[in-house]
Amino acid sequence: MTLKKVKELLQAEVVCGESQLDEEVTFAGGSDLMSDVLAFGKPGILLLTGLTNRQSVRTAEIIEAKALVYVRGKKPDKEGIELAKKIGIPVLSTHYMMYTSCGFLFKNGLPGVSLLREKEDEK
Amino acid sequence: MKNKENVLSQHYEINGGDFSNAGNISTQIKETLKELGIRSSLIRRAAIAAYEAEMNVVMYAHQGQFQFSLTPSTIHFTVKDLGIGIEDIELAMQEGYSTATEELREMGFGAGMGLPNIKRNSDQFQISSTPGKGTFLDIFFYLNQREK
Ligand SMILES: Nc1ncnc2c1ncn2[C@@H]1O[C@H](COP(=O)(O)OP(=O)(O)OP(=O)(O)O)[C@@H](O)[C@H]1O
Ligand SMILES: [Mg+2]
Repeated sequence: MTLKKVKELLQAEVVCGESQLDEEVTFAGGSDLMSDVLAFGKPGILLLTGLTNRQSVRTAEIIEAKALVYVRGKKPDKEGIELAKKIGIPVLSTHYMMYTSCGFLFKNGLPGVSLLREKEDEK
Repeated sequence: MKNKENVLSQHYEINGGDFSNAGNISTQIKETLKELGIRSSLIRRAAIAAYEAEMNVVMYAHQGQFQFSLTPSTIHFTVKDLGIGIEDIELAMQEGYSTATEELREMGFGAGMGLPNIKRNSDQFQISSTPGKGTFLDIFFYLNQREK
C-alpha cells in the first residue's frame, strides 16, 4: 500500500515527507509505548502512535520505520518534526483514533506486523 | 580514539532527566557502525539496546556514563549510572514490570520492556545494582556469530 493510499484512507494531513508518498508500506503496528514498539517493530513498518514527543520519532528512527502516523489529530512537537525531516521519515496526522485508524488500514489489506521474531539477516 | 585492541572506543555522558538529548548516543553509535559496514540487523539490535539503556539512565538516574567500544569481534557497551539503583533485579528484568511515574508513562515510557529488550537484543548481558547508589550494565554483541 502506498503512503498516498494510507493518507487517503485515514483522511490524513501530511506533516512532512510529501515527496515520499509514492513509497510503499507492507505492514503496520500501533502503540503508545515506545519500548513495545522497540520490541515488536521491524524495518519498514508503518508506525501508528498517539505520542507526540521527540522520542516517538527517535523510536521510529531506531526501528527504521517507513513512516509515522499520529492518531487522534495529534502531531509531533516541533523538535519531533525537525527530527523527522532530518532523518527523512514521512509523517502523517489523522483525526481518527488508534483503533479506527488501524481498522481502516487492516480492512484495506495492510496487515499487522508479525509477532514472529524476525527471520535472520534481512540485510 | 583508537588503540591497539579496540578498533574504536567512545565515551558519552548522560544527564538524568535530559529527555531532549535522550537517544543521541544510540543514533551516533548507529551511524558509526553503519560507516564501518557492520551488518544492519546487528546495528539494529545494538541501537535498540543502547537506546533502552540510555533511556533508563535518563529516567532513573542523575548521571550516567556510556562507554562504547568496538573490537574486531565484539561491540561492547558499558553503562554506569549514579541513581536510585534497583532493589530487585530479577523483578526489574520481568517483562511488564515498571516503576515509571505517571509523567514518564505519558511520554510513552513504562512498558517495562526496556531491560528485557536489552537482554533479547544482545548476545551477552549483565546487570548489577546497588540501591541508592547506581546501576551497571555490561552488554556485548558478537560480530562473528550467526544471528540469534
Ligand atoms: N538505571 C536504572 N536505575 C534505577 N532503576 C532502574 C534502572 N533501569 C531500570 N530500572 C528499574 O527497572 C524497571 C524496569 O526497567 P525497564 O527498562 O525494563 O522498564 P521501564 O523503564 O519501566 O519501561 P520501558 O523501558 O518499557 O519504557 C524500571 O521501572 C525501574 O524501576
Ligand atoms: Mg526502560
